[in-house]
Amino acid sequence: MVKDIRRSKLESALGILFDGPMSAKLKPRAKRAARVAAPAPPPQAPPTPAKPPAGKPAPTVTAVEMGARQRDISVSEFFTKNRHLLGFDNPRKALLTCVKEAVDNALDACEEAGILPDIAVTVEVAGNGAAPPPASQATRFRITVTDNGPGIVRQQIPPIFAKLLYGSKFHRLRQSRGQQGIGISAAGMYGQLTTGKPVVIVSRTSPRSPAHYFEVQIDTKKNEPRILEKKQIDWDAPRGTQVTLEIEGRYQKGRASVDEYVEQTIIANPHVKLTYVAPDGERREYRRTFEQLPPAPREIKPHPYGIELGMLLKMLQDTASHTLTAFLAGDFSRVSPAVADEICKTAGVSPRARPRDVHGQTAENLYKAIQATKIMAPPTNCLSPIGEDAILSGLYQQIKGEFYTAVSRPPAVYRGNPFIIEAGLAYGRGPEPADGAAAKKAVPLAEGESDDGDHELARVIRYANRVPLLYQPSACAITRAVLDTTWRNYGVAQSRGALPGGPMVIFVHMASVWVPFTSESKEAIADYDEIHKEINLALRECGRRLGAFLKRRERAQSEFRRRNIFELYIEEVVASCNRLKGGRLPTDKLKEQLQAMALRITGGSKTDQLVGRNGSHGPEGLPHSIIVTPNGVEGAVPAGVDAAVPAGAPEKE
Amino acid sequence: MATKTHRPTVVEKKLVGIADLVIDSARRRRDPTLAIPVRALSNVTFNERRGLIELGKRKQARSFFNVAMAKKFMQTVLVADALAELQRANLTTSLREIYYRTKHTIKNSHENTLDTQDESDPIIEDLEVTLTALREELHVRAENAGSVVGPLVLVDDGDTVNCARLGKGGYSVPSIVEPEYLQIRRCTADFVLLVEKGTQWNRLSEDKFWRRYNCVLLTGNGQPPRGVRRMARRLHEEFELPVYVLVDNDPWGYYIYSVIKQGSINLAFESQRMAIPKAKFMGLSSADPEAYGLPRNVGIKLNDKDVARARELLGYSWFAKKPWQEEIKRMLSSGLKYELDALANKDFQYLTKRYLPRKLKEKDWLD
Repeated sequence: MVKDIRRSKLESALGILFDGPMSAKLKPRAKRAARVAAPAPPPQAPPTPAKPPAGKPAPTVTAVEMGARQRDISVSEFFTKNRHLLGFDNPRKALLTCVKEAVDNALDACEEAGILPDIAVTVEVAGNGAAPPPASQATRFRITVTDNGPGIVRQQIPPIFAKLLYGSKFHRLRQSRGQQGIGISAAGMYGQLTTGKPVVIVSRTSPRSPAHYFEVQIDTKKNEPRILEKKQIDWDAPRGTQVTLEIEGRYQKGRASVDEYVEQTIIANPHVKLTYVAPDGERREYRRTFEQLPPAPREIKPHPYGIELGMLLKMLQDTASHTLTAFLAGDFSRVSPAVADEICKTAGVSPRARPRDVHGQTAENLYKAIQATKIMAPPTNCLSPIGEDAILSGLYQQIKGEFYTAVSRPPAVYRGNPFIIEAGLAYGRGPEPADGAAAKKAVPLAEGESDDGDHELARVIRYANRVPLLYQPSACAITRAVLDTTWRNYGVAQSRGALPGGPMVIFVHMASVWVPFTSESKEAIADYDEIHKEINLALRECGRRLGAFLKRRERAQSEFRRRNIFELYIEEVVASCNRLKGGRLPTDKLKEQLQAMALRITGGSKTDQLVGRNGSHGPEGLPHSIIVTPNGVEGAVPAGVDAAVPAGAPEKE
Repeated sequence: MATKTHRPTVVEKKLVGIADLVIDSARRRRDPTLAIPVRALSNVTFNERRGLIELGKRKQARSFFNVAMAKKFMQTVLVADALAELQRANLTTSLREIYYRTKHTIKNSHENTLDTQDESDPIIEDLEVTLTALREELHVRAENAGSVVGPLVLVDDGDTVNCARLGKGGYSVPSIVEPEYLQIRRCTADFVLLVEKGTQWNRLSEDKFWRRYNCVLLTGNGQPPRGVRRMARRLHEEFELPVYVLVDNDPWGYYIYSVIKQGSINLAFESQRMAIPKAKFMGLSSADPEAYGLPRNVGIKLNDKDVARARELLGYSWFAKKPWQEEIKRMLSSGLKYELDALANKDFQYLTKRYLPRKLKEKDWLD
């Protein structure tokens, strides 16, 4: 009986709860299985004394059985099951994530090699034999991203594209788009999972060397690449890499779409030339508007404040240094031998101790001593901010507005990681074209109608290391900082707990050697106090400038409006008086007299100047800003920007 | 053309005066400004001797070259123009038609001269007080919102109307009842009973109350329109008939009575032509529920607005008399208001057969 109660491995694996006639049928097999699987442990009574002995037995397993089931989980298998962690939760997002990973890699490669990026992104509907359905209904897409980067050496191609957690960016502290070495291989794995198609790579490192063609898949059990095809081919590009993925996805325009990603990427990366062909065949060309590569970020050693005890222990074991002082001074940034000695003294450890011998309580003391010692903030030359001019250029190019401004904060530090916050702002709907007033026919308004009652809210565009963040806005430190900035101080409407209102785009970028994302799919920045504060400060500076602009414009407009009101009403008053007088009034004379008074009362030609009619006022006191009026642009418009022809204007193929 | 129709009326001359003001100011490089008497509680006084609410002397300036007033000034001139047009054509019209007549989009803009009727109505009242012209003189009429029945013979546009022979529907009182438009040929009644609600008027008319007690029955369906008030006033003045007012027992009822008796704050300047200082408040009084044995459960709880309005009434000088203070305070302390309709609780014809006869017999009314 006791034996019967026990549950075999087989049954537990099948998840069968045996009971009644069913259990009777299964019993002989269960016994046999138990004998085979578990010869060693003595049978145990079930630990359920509360239950009546004749009742249903609770299934149990032995430690050995459980032990036998334990085995390695490959990262690939883990992420196959948990693909939402990587941004593949739904087909629409998957399409975006794949494009994003490929483009991020291309840009990182180009910039690291000092090449001005020239990227081509093509998303097309993949017909499965039959004629391809329209883009909005298609479920299969082929994504091709081509760059003019340095190319990849032959041996590295398979692991880069078909092995998770393989890459150059994880182990160093250097600002780059990618961090973990998961992105592109995960995208390939997702394609493999949903369409069975391999990742196709063509890469060439120089015009003298051949182009290599690879078709690779990932062996999810072993997390190793499986090469399906490799050959040398003719390729017309002298240098660069092309990745082609075929995946299941959905293409839908609008918020968090591939189109939006591309547009936002261009705003933060005006040094990139990009061609984007959308699934519906629309082709957009984004010209390069900023001819300078961002300064190459430098790699740094970790700052002692930024590491945890476990990390310290691992570094103690791995170091090549022979003494503790040498270890501290050599493996960390901002630790001089003098500071290292001071740390050792505080911790009560000999400075000459061998790092490998420092463990247990001693290591913990050392860790505490590090936290207690005053150490200079980490170097910030490792960061590569976008820069005010480039942000201004990007915003000006991509967003129609009347006022633009950009702010780069000085570097700051969270948990030992240096970072820089940059913010930008584009306000307004753009100047009305000079003939726009005439083109828009004045429709008399009926009772109850009003001019335009739309209450749009500001749009926040978020970036981490120049990569747009399109999902999870509410979990992100940037959104939270925008929400708790008091925009009303700057003349912008804001309801309680809501985004500021008005035609406005708020741009926030965080550059750091390690951006603290809330998840692997890199959608939101964790809300560290230091980061939040820096974002706030940057936004406030933008807000102050916007407030100054709005106030200046308001003042001019109110004077102008006053005169306008009088001018409008003078006509009516004169016409009515004429009718009252039986049509025998010298109307022109009365009108002239009234108009002269209107001009005298509303400040005369001064208003013209304030309104900017003669275009004489520049954005004084508004650094790094652009003001656009119907009569022209004031402020430093970055070179290479042609105001007349906006870049990225859609161009039908 | 006949000289008679072409000669401008007094009112028309006053309206043209507004244009003259604008022209004159412009010539002298002055801001055109109208002085409009203020129509608010702060600018009315209760003349106890005459029993009327009178408009004070305070005036507000309406200037053209002032951003806040420019539009209103323009609208005022516009409305004056439309009113002058009426005078010349000898037509009457409604407030709403004035609104439509003056509404258009201003040249070179998206802006309308007027957006809603709420903007033009006060301007007409402004012009009434500024030019001291009655609305009827401006040829603006209100809705026909009143009825009359009783031993009364009228002549309307040459038609003789005998109000004793109009069944229970009665005669619809026009908004302009000035002698030029409506003549009262004969009236043999002993008094006028002005009822707030049409339903109670119907009850009395159906029961032929007016025949039995020889009275004229008038109603204005709520706040009585100018025509009804003017009709009551004429009957009071020309035939020396006492006027009794029958309203709901709530603050609004009290106020209706006070408007009939002393005039309203808004149109205080017309009190002398409209008000009936000798009108009496017949009911429903806050003492009636007890006197007539109305059960508490036919009352309605006073809401916050009612209470606030009642407190306001207590402060008006024309409610300062002791019996009135008691009347209002009694309602407040009971916390209940009663509709006239509640009398039906006792009997459908209680109003006709018991309540009014007893009131008249006991001379139980407030002054």
